[in-house]
Amino acid sequence: MPRALRALRRGITAVVLVGLVLAPSAVDDYTVALLARTLALGLVAVSVALLTGVAGLPTLGQTAPYAAGAYASVVVGGQLSDVGLVHLGVAAAAGAALAAATVPLVVSARGVVVLMITLAVGELVVTIVGRWRSVTGGTDGLAGIPPVRPLWGLPVLATDRARYLYALVVVAVLVGVVLLVLRTRVGLLLRAGRDDEARLRASGHRVALHVAGVHVAAGAVAGAAGSLLVVAQQYVSPADFGFDTSALLLLAVVIGGTWSVGGALIGAAIVIASRDWLFGVLPGQAPLVLGLAFVATVYLLPGAGHRPPAVRGRLLPPALTRRPVPDRPSPTGVRA
Amino acid sequence: MTPLLSAHGVTVRYGSLAALDGVDLRLELGQRHALIGPNGAGKTTLLDVLGGRTRPAAGRVRLAGRDVTRLGPAARARRGVNRIHQRPAGWPTLTVRENVLVAALPRAAPTRRWWPGGARRAAARTTGAMLERVGLAGLGGTLAGHLAHGQRRQLEIAMALAGRPRVLLLDEPAAGLSAVEVEWLVEFLRVLPRSVAVLLVEHRLDLVYALSDTVTVLRDGRTLATGTPAEIRAAEPVRQAYAEGVA
Ligand SMILES: Nc1ncnc2c1ncn2[C@@H]1O[C@H](COP(=O)(O)OP(=O)(O)OP(=O)(O)O)[C@@H](O)[C@H]1O
Ligand SMILES: [Mg+2]
Repeated sequence: MPRALRALRRGITAVVLVGLVLAPSAVDDYTVALLARTLALGLVAVSVALLTGVAGLPTLGQTAPYAAGAYASVVVGGQLSDVGLVHLGVAAAAGAALAAATVPLVVSARGVVVLMITLAVGELVVTIVGRWRSVTGGTDGLAGIPPVRPLWGLPVLATDRARYLYALVVVAVLVGVVLLVLRTRVGLLLRAGRDDEARLRASGHRVALHVAGVHVAAGAVAGAAGSLLVVAQQYVSPADFGFDTSALLLLAVVIGGTWSVGGALIGAAIVIASRDWLFGVLPGQAPLVLGLAFVATVYLLPGAGHRPPAVRGRLLPPALTRRPVPDRPSPTGVRA
Repeated sequence: MTPLLSAHGVTVRYGSLAALDGVDLRLELGQRHALIGPNGAGKTTLLDVLGGRTRPAAGRVRLAGRDVTRLGPAARARRGVNRIHQRPAGWPTLTVRENVLVAALPRAAPTRRWWPGGARRAAARTTGAMLERVGLAGLGGTLAGHLAHGQRRQLEIAMALAGRPRVLLLDEPAAGLSAVEVEWLVEFLRVLPRSVAVLLVEHRLDLVYALSDTVTVLRDGRTLATGTPAEIRAAEPVRQAYAEGVA
């Protein structure tokens, strides 16, 4: 990439970051709370981008670890600790555990099949959440969740502004960690797998293990986002994790992020903003418009032939579906 | 002596056609073994079976005495069986250096196993050495997808060697190369350490006789003869097979 372009992008990133830090003093409390929820959703979108763009597993099921993380942090908050860091750790672990449990379902599938499997997993989790009244409050949800303190010895996050800044710091740190990891050997192997998975296997790499690893890591990120959601809105219900959320996430990632972690965050912001704007101008038809946008997304998904240039290390080149193994047909009694 | 890599009664069928029909082959430690035969004889299919890409309908494959018939390409690569791939050169959106590094990682041997990053450092060392060896050191930062045809072959060789192979399977490595590049390839294979055994499929008999110490002739999925280049050159059935098959 030309140096000027890189400098320009750095500049834009810096302006956006400063804007995000200063935002709470420029807008009202309601908008600040909305921004905090958007950050949580943006972090889930990052996990969707990891799966969709980096590992080639387009997913509609990241609401499952997101929900697991949210309810895990509610439980911890009620019984163990009011420290945000503890909530984040437990939520990430819960998301990772749920993702690990579903690894066998997804690692050998591809493309649209993954969409269907992950959709089923997501819906199943929402159903369980709706029925498990003793922990989740059922479909009514849990309200009045007490605020957390970020670390031991710090004051509790009593205002929307404080909760927003907490979410901002957590998202910045986690996204930074994801970007750093993608610059290491892990990122290199993932890029190679997206280029040609069969060739990677032929070199002796355990590709299924790589995919499983990304799946679990994405589950942890989504779980942590669940904890942020609880902090941001102090309320949680199964409606936060329904199909419309999954669809918005995939839409966000296709808009901004199959090839980029930062783009996933921007995509989430655009999607939330346009959803709320649509609800304002077309009260009745907003779900229909979003539904159409989603259908278009899925329709575009497997083909997505126009690949933006690979931006190494930072943002990742796209690959919505992993390429089918371009092999000769199998001989009889043989697995290729 | 146990051969390093061997096929025993290997049969592969495509529908009613037997691409391989009870083939035996022994590749000894450090051997330079050429596999020749007319088009459609089953040479590529045999490499596919030895490399783990195709599972035979009957027969066994052994690596240093151990039955590896059921292992796929990845597991065999981890045990030191590497194939030089022709079609794509590695991963096109990775640089040349990254390609070799990725190929080196599965069998990188860190000096201290418990030290974090050891495998990566060992792989990086191997990568540098391999790029020097195949003459691509100056192109480490180039995207593999931008290489010329001959350079891709060099890259594939570097990648295969970076995996520290015990066995190198080559399918028509000279195909599509210029005369100069073929010369380079022959010289390269000639000085390749004997710790690597080579099984070479090649149509050009001049290369076969220059490089190999053992030749196996395959025809219609069966082995016709195995012997030294001199023996094979003299054998009547081989001449016949070639007179009918290949120019
Ligand atoms: N995937 C396949 N499906 C059906 N038939 C196949 C397949 N692959 C190979 N064959 C057939 O099996 C036989 C052996 O093919 P193979 O490619 O092993 O020959 P080869 O000796 O490598 O030939 P060449 O010198 O042309 O490369 C041929 O008759 C070929 O048509
Ligand atoms: Mg062939």
